[in-house]
Amino acid sequence: MEIKHLTCIECPMGCALEAGVEDGRAVYVKGNSCPRGKMYAENEVVCPMRVITSSVRAADGRMISVKTSAPVKKSEMLEVMKKINAVHPEGRVRLGDVLAAGIADGADLVATDDSPL
Amino acid sequence: MKTENAIVIIGGGPAGLAAAVQAYDSGARDILILEREPRLGGILNQCIHNGFGLTRFKESLTGPEYARRFERAVRERNIRAMTDTTVLSLTRDRQVTAVNAAEGAFTVRAGAVILAMGCRERSRGALNVPGTRPAGIYSAGTAQKYVNLKGYLPGKEVVILGSGDIGLIMARRMTLEGAKVRAVCEIMPYSSGLKRNIVQCLDDFGIPLYLNHTITKIEGEKRVTGVVVSEVDGNKRPIPGTEMHFDCDTVLFSVGLIPENELTKSAGIPLCAGTRGAAVYQNRETEAPGIFACGNVLQVHDLVDFVSEEAEIAGRAAAEFVSGGAGERDAADCVNGKNVSYVLPQKIDKNLRGDVKLFFRVTGTFRNCTVLAESGGKILAGRKRRIAVPGEMETLLLPAEKLKEIEGELVVRLEEESWK
Repeated sequence: MEIKHLTCIECPMGCALEAGVEDGRAVYVKGNSCPRGKMYAENEVVCPMRVITSSVRAADGRMISVKTSAPVKKSEMLEVMKKINAVHPEGRVRLGDVLAAGIADGADLVATDDSPL
Repeated sequence: MKTENAIVIIGGGPAGLAAAVQAYDSGARDILILEREPRLGGILNQCIHNGFGLTRFKESLTGPEYARRFERAVRERNIRAMTDTTVLSLTRDRQVTAVNAAEGAFTVRAGAVILAMGCRERSRGALNVPGTRPAGIYSAGTAQKYVNLKGYLPGKEVVILGSGDIGLIMARRMTLEGAKVRAVCEIMPYSSGLKRNIVQCLDDFGIPLYLNHTITKIEGEKRVTGVVVSEVDGNKRPIPGTEMHFDCDTVLFSVGLIPENELTKSAGIPLCAGTRGAAVYQNRETEAPGIFACGNVLQVHDLVDFVSEEAEIAGRAAAEFVSGGAGERDAADCVNGKNVSYVLPQKIDKNLRGDVKLFFRVTGTFRNCTVLAESGGKILAGRKRRIAVPGEMETLLLPAEKLKEIEGELVVRLEEESWK
């Protein structure tokens, strides 16, 4: 059994959690002071996922802010960043536009702002 | 040129936009927003990370997404906004003088003014950090603007002083863009940033956070080449012999925000030492009748959601003021007591209607404590807290029917033992 140490982010308490992991699942959680801490650790030890936010350079040279439409695997963030930095949208971009479909498993790259006029 | 507007809002960031929308929805029609930058949205435009709007919209928006929602609401109401326009002066009788390239200098006589100028970052100069003065030293917000809006990475090896949220966000942002963040140093024994930022911006990337540490020397002639970091004692004095050296080409300062109140001061409006913002009544009116303040120019908030909420209070009150709603005051002081560093509002007008939400910060980390508001020996509001920390603003609701029970001043304090 592997033992993982985490800090709970559900509230400002920031409980120091310990989770025992077996076959990719939490078999126990210690250190939490509420049920939310237990759930946080159970999700976090399986496969931590994060939404990536960044900005990309449009063809006209200006920057446009972007995000992944769904969380991506934490372990793959730097790989996904390389793909994001190769995206250079052309023409006017609107908030919500998909700039690159399927940039990661189950996630598109989406504009989070309109092109400045 | 002289013109007249019912309500003039100084600043088109999250506070100014929310105040404008609420003033309109409360019946005001003649509203003018004055914004220094070319675009509405304020600092949100460069805060491309997510986590905004969780309280207000129950979803995690990026800064630009949050800003555009309010900008659209302003446009839908045809509220007038002048961008690239800098306000030069404000008088107590609500004359606002501004300048832009199209109109030159002009003065607006306003029925009401809403101060929504936000804040700026504390700089290296304010801290007196010893060492040379090479290139490569930035405030975290400046680095954020370079990376997110200009597409330039300001350095490759970074040490960050201060664990404020912008510094933490930039640690992650620069790491994702290929920089190596060597350390984040915090002079206090706790971080002033949100817990989720410590975990998702530092722990996720194995970036060390040194609490009780500060930069005691910056090295380099043309460009930063390294820093010396020392541990500090209980009086924040560096402890000799604890020096660590980090090679780096960039130093970011994330050491606090200062409300930008030059205009407020020039109008002779008294400021509060605890917040560095104007002293206000619960409707966010300052000591100058018809001049209101909201958002980070009034008190530095943790979340933009709370800025919007506060701006709506000011917007509503300004609309009431211009429609002739100002009544006689019955004022009481609202002050900080034990374990509390400031309280806002600083004054309560007992003649105003509605509940009063008290905002305050505590002086340290307290577990299983009680925050309470007391007046004339009577407790008017209180609630238990499992934890209270300086980095997260506390609130307490004073119900409307309790206002008349205030005798003398209202004191807000924190009791370390749970109160029944």
